[in-house]
Amino acid sequence: MRTRRVSVQRRPCGVFRHLVAGLIAILGLGFAQLRAETITIGSKSFTESYVLAELMAQLIEAETGLEVDRRFGMQGTFTSFNALSSGSIDLYPEYTGTGALAILKSTDPADQGLDSLRAKFRRRWGITWLEPFGFNNSWALVVTRSVAEARGLATLSQLAREPGMRGAFTHEFMRRVDGYPGMVAAYDLRLAEARGIQHVLAYDALQAGQIDVMDAYATDGEIARYDLVVLEDDRNFFPEYLAAPLIREATLTRHPELATVLNRFAGQISDGQMQALNHRVALAADDYPAVVAAFIRERAGSVSDRPADSRASRSPLVRQTLRHLLLMGIAVGLAVIVAVPVGIMLVGRKRAAGIVLGLAGVVQTIPSIAMLGFMIPLLGIGVVPAIAALFIYGLLPILRNTYTGIRDISPALREVAAGLGLEGWRRLLWLELPLAAPVIFAGIRTAAVISVGTATLAAFIGAGGLGEPIVQGLSFNSPRMILSGAVPAAVLAMVVDTALGWLERRQLTGLTGGKAKA
Amino acid sequence: MIQFSAVSMSYGGAPIIRDLDLEVAAGETVVLIGPSGGGKTTALKMVNGLVMPTAGRVEVNGRPVERWDLQALRRISGYVIQEVGLFPHWTVARNVGILPRLSGWDGGKIARRVDELLALVELNPAEYGRRYPHELSGGEAQRVGVARALALKPAILLMDEPFGALDPLTRAQLQEELLRILGELNVATLLVTHDLAEAFRLADRVAVLVAGRLEQVDTPQRMLAQPESAFIRRLLAAELIGAKPSGGGKKQP
Repeated sequence: MRTRRVSVQRRPCGVFRHLVAGLIAILGLGFAQLRAETITIGSKSFTESYVLAELMAQLIEAETGLEVDRRFGMQGTFTSFNALSSGSIDLYPEYTGTGALAILKSTDPADQGLDSLRAKFRRRWGITWLEPFGFNNSWALVVTRSVAEARGLATLSQLAREPGMRGAFTHEFMRRVDGYPGMVAAYDLRLAEARGIQHVLAYDALQAGQIDVMDAYATDGEIARYDLVVLEDDRNFFPEYLAAPLIREATLTRHPELATVLNRFAGQISDGQMQALNHRVALAADDYPAVVAAFIRERAGSVSDRPADSRASRSPLVRQTLRHLLLMGIAVGLAVIVAVPVGIMLVGRKRAAGIVLGLAGVVQTIPSIAMLGFMIPLLGIGVVPAIAALFIYGLLPILRNTYTGIRDISPALREVAAGLGLEGWRRLLWLELPLAAPVIFAGIRTAAVISVGTATLAAFIGAGGLGEPIVQGLSFNSPRMILSGAVPAAVLAMVVDTALGWLERRQLTGLTGGKAKA
Repeated sequence: MIQFSAVSMSYGGAPIIRDLDLEVAAGETVVLIGPSGGGKTTALKMVNGLVMPTAGRVEVNGRPVERWDLQALRRISGYVIQEVGLFPHWTVARNVGILPRLSGWDGGKIARRVDELLALVELNPAEYGRRYPHELSGGEAQRVGVARALALKPAILLMDEPFGALDPLTRAQLQEELLRILGELNVATLLVTHDLAEAFRLADRVAVLVAGRLEQVDTPQRMLAQPESAFIRRLLAAELIGAKPSGGGKKQP
């Protein structure tokens, strides 16, 4: 019944000191990262946007002394443009048609011209368009070569007169005025069938002969891969979607040389060339920076002697892992700072505890991607909203464990503490916190592991981390690339859990000594 | 020192203590005995303000408990409970020194006092001071509990079944030591037990509390001779039947 143990040096406050030191280190690291003088480039989460953003990044790296921070794979126009207008990024590739219709929300055809776009963007947001790359990534209708030849189809007007054609289109195309409804009106189009379908599946259906015609982006790699025929928009119904660098004027003022560098490919890439490049990337998705570097070398020859992808591929895993840890570390650190005191205050206030813990529980059930979405209007995009979302998810486990850890301290100890007149901060520091520490620590561990997982989604709002290759892999339909983010993230979760477990055992054996006698 | 005057206490409408009058003088040991749920512990906790009466008055040193600064009241009240309640993350020395530390003594003075106290409860300070509570036997832990309660030379000592969880041999040993220690101090002691032998051994006076009502207060001798309380008569009967012919109060294993 009696056990003897060599007592090691015991430091009751050790664990807190370690936590604080870790926090300071992480905050410092974060500050250093955020301070570096860099050009931050964004992209949307589809192949061509990645390719163009990478192209611009490599040009800047090769021809200026500037660092480039890649924030690729942001979710849609809303996120990307918000990132730009809020200054979270300096530039990203955008399309003129999208600029007019989706950003300016103007249906005036005059607004689709570059001059009008430049003037309005400059006035409203201090943002400007550099020269377009040349190709027009418009909507297009495509048919297989055999169908085109068998039915003699080359233009949309011919399609409109052709009976018995079955079509399948993306849901967005079916809905948009510059899509199916407008096209039907412009060409008096009458298809035998027109259904909504997932874009990738449409290519399969077209190949299998289940449909005859579908919508595509004019520069989709699949057009080349499947040898499809683009039907000419002979009545010029579809607006132009010229891709061009969209950049903050403030950035241009600071670094005027960027305009020259980024305009190097102005008007240099045709529809077919972009299609081919997208196709090459689709075949080698894991290493699209290398494909882009090769493209630059082929086209410009003399841009640079050094391997253009040196920085892009400089162990992205390390960079992404560090960023991941940074996001998670700051978020969990802040959650500790907030949730532990609140949890302490809730002890003995049953009703308030019910409300606060219930609320935290409800917040916990908000899907992560929706939470990140809510953050954009409030905090913009990038690291800050990502940390805010992770912080919110970290609250509940820490809050709950602090509360129950302190509440469940043996009644005998509470009674003695009261009988000794041990009250206020002394009762907290001498008795409650040390005894609840293992439970609180378990909560922190849970929060950390959850946040390693959730942080992978932060890539959707341009916060980087191990979610970057996952988002990319989803865009490129590359399982290998998805795994290159998912596996390290899973390993990281285990490492974080193990490391915290080790710290817990090391520090807490001294703290608790042994079991309280019942 | 301790004075209960017409004290009643009820919880959720159910009476726990009914009209209690009881006094514990300095240097005197009064033992509260009675069946479980009779209100013994509640009465004890009224003395250091852990429970407040719903009617009547509990006074310590002539001052009603509700007019005491509770921290100050608890500094002059030693408190020992059956579960001991040593802080598991602290060494024995630190546990014993908690009240001096709360009172702002300097380290050297605390250390000297801790050594004295451990010696008083017959634990070798050099050996036991460094130990943690989980390294102690039940008897050793309760000795530490008593040492902790005595650290500031309390004016009153409140003990709630202090030896209830110990084996009979250890219990008898600690009772002897408590008697010796109380003899050296001039402290008003209120002790709760349900063990009649313990009550008779330790008490100057025994108070029988049944269903919240005080049935009899008397010296052990007089209570033995003239038990007015039905509860005491039943206890005595059970005790006599259970005891060996030679056995007085002392039970042997």
